[in-house]
Amino acid sequence: MAEKMKLEIVTPYKKVVDIEVDEVTATGKLGEFGVLPGHAPFLTSLNIGELCYKAEGVSTSMALNWGYFEVKDDKIIVLVETAEYAEDIDVERAKAAQSRAEEALKKLTPEDKQFKIYEAALERSIIRMQVAGKNVRK
Amino acid sequence: MASLKSIKKRIVSVKNTRQITKAMKMVSAAKLRRAQENVVAARPYAKKLGDVLQSLAGNLEGDLHPLLEKREAKKLLLIVVSSDRGLCGGFNTNLCKAGERYIKEKQAVYEQISVMTVGRKGYEYFKNRLTVYKNFPNIISKPTYQNAARLGQEIIDGFVEGEYDQVELLYNSFRTVMSQDITFQQLLPVVPEETAAVDEAPVEYIYEPSVGELLAEILPKNIEVQLFKSMLESVAGEHGARMTAMDSASKNASEMIGKLTLQYNRARQAAITTELMEIISGSESIKG
Repeated sequence: MAEKMKLEIVTPYKKVVDIEVDEVTATGKLGEFGVLPGHAPFLTSLNIGELCYKAEGVSTSMALNWGYFEVKDDKIIVLVETAEYAEDIDVERAKAAQSRAEEALKKLTPEDKQFKIYEAALERSIIRMQVAGKNVRK
Repeated sequence: MASLKSIKKRIVSVKNTRQITKAMKMVSAAKLRRAQENVVAARPYAKKLGDVLQSLAGNLEGDLHPLLEKREAKKLLLIVVSSDRGLCGGFNTNLCKAGERYIKEKQAVYEQISVMTVGRKGYEYFKNRLTVYKNFPNIISKPTYQNAARLGQEIIDGFVEGEYDQVELLYNSFRTVMSQDITFQQLLPVVPEETAAVDEAPVEYIYEPSVGELLAEILPKNIEVQLFKSMLESVAGEHGARMTAMDSASKNASEMIGKLTLQYNRARQAAITTELMEIISGSESIKG
C-alpha cells in the first residue's frame, strides 16, 4: 500500500509516538476497530486496552489507559493518559497490581465509589500483562 | 569605628551567605530547565484536547452538559496555585495579594467566596485572613497528572453538587525566566472558546459513542489538563523567580563584601598609622 497515515500518540508528559503507519487497531468504547488510510473523519473515546500499529511490516503493541482517538485526513491523533510499549511494562508490578485490585474488589460492592477505581486498576494490569507477553519490539 | 575583628567576622558571614545563594541559584537553574521541559511536553496534549473539545462543542445540540451550565453565580471558588517554598522574591506574595484584592472587589457580587489552595505559601497567607475551604499540600513540589486529576475530580464534584457556581483559577503563568504573569482563569462553568474565523468548513466526524457522551468524558479531562498545566507553569515560574531572586541576592552580597573589605582595609591602615605614631612619639620622648 502506497498510502500511509501519520500516527501521533500524546500523553500529558510527552509525545510518545510520531510516525508513519500503514494500519492501526485499537479498543474503542464500543469495541475494537481498525483504521486504514483513507478513513472518514472519526472521533471516539478509548477504553483501557491495547493499541496496535503496523509500520513497514512490523506491528507494535502498546498498552493504553483512558483516551481519545481522532482520525482526520489520514492523520491519527491519540490522546491518552499513559501509553507503554511492551518492553517498558513491569510485569511484576502489573501482577502485584492485579492481585491487589482483585483483593480489594472482593471486599467491595459495585455501589462503592472505590469499586470503579479498582475495576479500572484491574483492567489496566490485565492489559499490561497481555501486551507485555505479546511482543517485544525489535 | 568597628573593630578589625568584627568587620572580618561580618565579611566571612556575608561570604557564607553568598555561597548559599549562589548554590540555590544553580539548583533553581537546573530545576527550571526541567520544569520548562515539562511545560513544553504538556503543551501538545492540552492543545489537542482543546481542539477536540472545540470540534465537539461546535456540534453540540440539545441538552447542555452540567459542566457547561451557567447558573446564577452566587458562590465563587478561587483556587490559588502557589509554591511550597519561599525565597523566590515576590512570587507568592504578589499572587496572594492579587487574590485578596480580587476577593475584596468581588465581595459585593457574590454571596460567598471560598478559597482553595495548592501550595503551602498560599495556604499560610490565606488561612490568617479568610477561611480556607480546602488545602492541598505536597502537590505542587512534584506535579503529576494523577494529582491534577484528583484535584480536578474534587472540584467537579463540588460544582455539580452546587457547593459553588463558579470556579476560578489563580496562578503564576510562566512568561520568561525573569517574569511571571499573574493569571486568572475561569475553570467552571466551561466557557467554550469563540471560534475565531469560520474560513474552514467544520469537519463532519463520525462520533462513537454520541457527541454528548464524548463531551461528558472530555470536559472533566479538560479541567484536569488545565489544572495540570497551571501547576507546571507555576512550578516553572517559581524556579525562574527563585533564580532571579537568588541572583540579585548574590550580587548584593558581593557588593556588600566589597564595601566591608574597603572598610576593613581602612581600619587596618588607621590602626597601623596610630601604632606608628605611638612608636615615633615614644622614641622621640626617649631621645628628648
